[in-house]
Amino acid sequence: MTTATLTLDHGLRKGRRGTLGPSVFAFVLWACLALICAFLFFLLAVIVQKGIARFDLDLVTNQPSKIRPETAGVASALYGTLWVSALTAFIALPLGIAAAVYLEEYAQQNHWWNRMIELNIQNLAAVPTVIYGILVLAFVVRAPLSIGAVVLAGGIALALLILPVVIITTREALRAVPEEIRSGSLALGATLWQTTWRQVLPAAVPGIATGSILALSRAIGEAAPLILVGATTFVTFNPDGVLSRYTTLPVQIFNLVPQDRQEFRDLAYAAILLLILVLLAMNALAIWLRNRYQRRW
Amino acid sequence: MTIRQVKRAHVMTIVAAAALTLAACGGGQNNTAVQGSGEPLSGPVVLDGSSTVEPLSAAAAELFMGENSGVNVTVGTSGTGGGFKKFCAGETDISDASRAIKDEEKKLCTEKNINFTELQIANDALTVVVNKGNTWIDCLSVVQLKKIWEPDSTVTNWNQVDPSFPDVPLGLYGAGADSGTFDYFTGAINGKEGASRKDYNPTEDDNITVQGVAGAKGALGYFGFSYYEENAAKLKALKIDNGKGCVEPSVKGAQDGTYSPLARPLFIYPSDAALKKPQVERFVEFYLEKNDDIVKAARFVPLTEEQKTKAKDALTVLKAKAGK
Repeated sequence: MTTATLTLDHGLRKGRRGTLGPSVFAFVLWACLALICAFLFFLLAVIVQKGIARFDLDLVTNQPSKIRPETAGVASALYGTLWVSALTAFIALPLGIAAAVYLEEYAQQNHWWNRMIELNIQNLAAVPTVIYGILVLAFVVRAPLSIGAVVLAGGIALALLILPVVIITTREALRAVPEEIRSGSLALGATLWQTTWRQVLPAAVPGIATGSILALSRAIGEAAPLILVGATTFVTFNPDGVLSRYTTLPVQIFNLVPQDRQEFRDLAYAAILLLILVLLAMNALAIWLRNRYQRRW
Repeated sequence: MTIRQVKRAHVMTIVAAAALTLAACGGGQNNTAVQGSGEPLSGPVVLDGSSTVEPLSAAAAELFMGENSGVNVTVGTSGTGGGFKKFCAGETDISDASRAIKDEEKKLCTEKNINFTELQIANDALTVVVNKGNTWIDCLSVVQLKKIWEPDSTVTNWNQVDPSFPDVPLGLYGAGADSGTFDYFTGAINGKEGASRKDYNPTEDDNITVQGVAGAKGALGYFGFSYYEENAAKLKALKIDNGKGCVEPSVKGAQDGTYSPLARPLFIYPSDAALKKPQVERFVEFYLEKNDDIVKAARFVPLTEEQKTKAKDALTVLKAKAGK
C-alpha cells in the first residue's frame, strides 16, 4: 500500500513537469522582499544614525534659527504640518466620502456622465502633485480668491491632492459591504437614504478610516505643492489660525539639507526622523482603527 | 444595532478629538511681550528671493524678532528671479537679491505700480574651487574661465584649457539657472547673464558642488564665499586674474572690489508701500543699523563704512518718503 501511494505521489509530481519552477519562483519573491527590506533598513539606519544626536526636546520646542544651529528646532514646521493636515482632513474627507457614496450607492452606472466622472477621478489620482500646487496658486492664493500664502491655501492644495485617493478607497470600502445588507434593509422598508446612512456607511467605517488616514499620510510628506502655495522657508512662529503664514516639515527639511553648516544638516536628519515618526503614528492609528472596527460576514 | 451605533459614536469621537487636539496645538505660542520703548510693533514682514541672501535675512529676522516679538518675519527662497516675480505682484514686502534688479523686472514692477529702493546689505566673493589634489593651478584668468564656461565651450580636459596642464578630465559644477549666483557668474565671466555651457552639473544645493569637487581630481565649481569658508578643509579656492595679477577671494577683496570680477554686492529691495507699515520700516532700519551683528551671525562679508553710509543715506530718504 505504502509503496503504491509513494509511487503515485512521485508520479503526480513528475506530471507537473519538474519541481524547480515553484522553488525558483518562491526564491525570487523572497529576494524581492529582502531587497526592499534591505533598502528600507539601510535608509532608516542612516537616518537614525545621523539624526539621533539632534533628536531631542529642542527639536520640537525650539524655533528654527540661523544664529544658534546647535539648539535650533523645527517647532513652527511641526505645528504647520499638523495644522495643514488637520485642515486637509477637514476639507477632503467630507467631500471625498460624500462623492464616493454618491458614485457607489446613488449613481446610475449606465449613464455616460457617471462613467466619465469615474474615469476622471482615476486620472486625477495620477496627476503630479505639483500641478495641484500650481492650480491653488493661480486661483486661490492669487485672484480671484486672493487668500494669500496661508495655512488655508496649503490645506486646500493637499485636500485636492488626496481627494481622488479618498474617493477611490471609500468606494472600495463601500463595495466590500455585502449586497445582502442593503437588500435586507430595503426589504424591511428602509429608504435608500436610511439604508446608506444606518447600514452601509457604519459597516464601511473601518475601510474608509484606513484609506483616509493613508491618504493623509501621503499628504503630510508632500513638499512640492506646498512650496508653491506659500510654505515659506524661514518661519519662527507657529500658525495661530487658518490665515496665518506657515511652513511644514518636508519644506523645512528641503531647506535645511543644502545649508552650509554641518549643524543644519544634522538637524535635517533629526527632522526627517520626526516626520517618519509622525507618519508611523498615523499608520498605526489606521491599523488600530481597522482592527478595532473590522467586522466579517 | 445598538452596539454598532455605540461603535460609530466611538469613531466619531476619536476623529473629533483628533481634530480638536490638532487645532488646539500651535495657538498661544506667539508671545506678544512688549519690549523697548514706544508702541510695540506687530504684524507680518514678508521676504522672499535669493537663497544666497536667505541666511542673512533669516539672521536679521531672528535678531529683530528677539527685540520685537509681536512681529512675524518670514523669509522664502524662490531665487532672485522668482522673488522679484512675487515682489512685483505685490505679494512680498521685501525682495532678497544676489544681483541687481534687471530692466525687465523693473518694468514688471512699474506696470503694477510698485516702487522700490535698492539697499546693499552685504558683500560676497563668488569663489571658484577645485579639488585638493589639483596641484597644477593656483590661479585662473578670466579668459581661461570663459574658455571653460562659455556657451559653445568644448573643453573637457584640463590640457585643453592650457597645454601645460596635465591630461585630466574636467568635471564642472555650477549654480542652477534660476539663481542670482548663476546670473552673476555668467555675466561676469561670459559677458552675458544666463549665457553658459549646458553640459555641467547644475544645482541649487551647494553641498552637491562641495561633494562633487571634493570627490574628483579634475573637478571645478563655484559658489558664495561663506560656503567656501565652511568647507575650506575639503576644497582649494583659486585666485582669479582679471588682467591685474592673481587675487585670492577674501573678505577684503570682496569689500574693496579688488577680487574682480567675482566680488558682488548682495541686496534687499523694500517696496515703498511696505515701508509705510511701521514693522517693515523698523525691520529695514534694523537690518542696516545692526548690519555688523547680522553679517557676523550669518557669516557673510560685511559692508564697508562707505557702503554703510550710502545705505543709511538711502534709508533717510526712505523714511522721509514714508513720512517719518
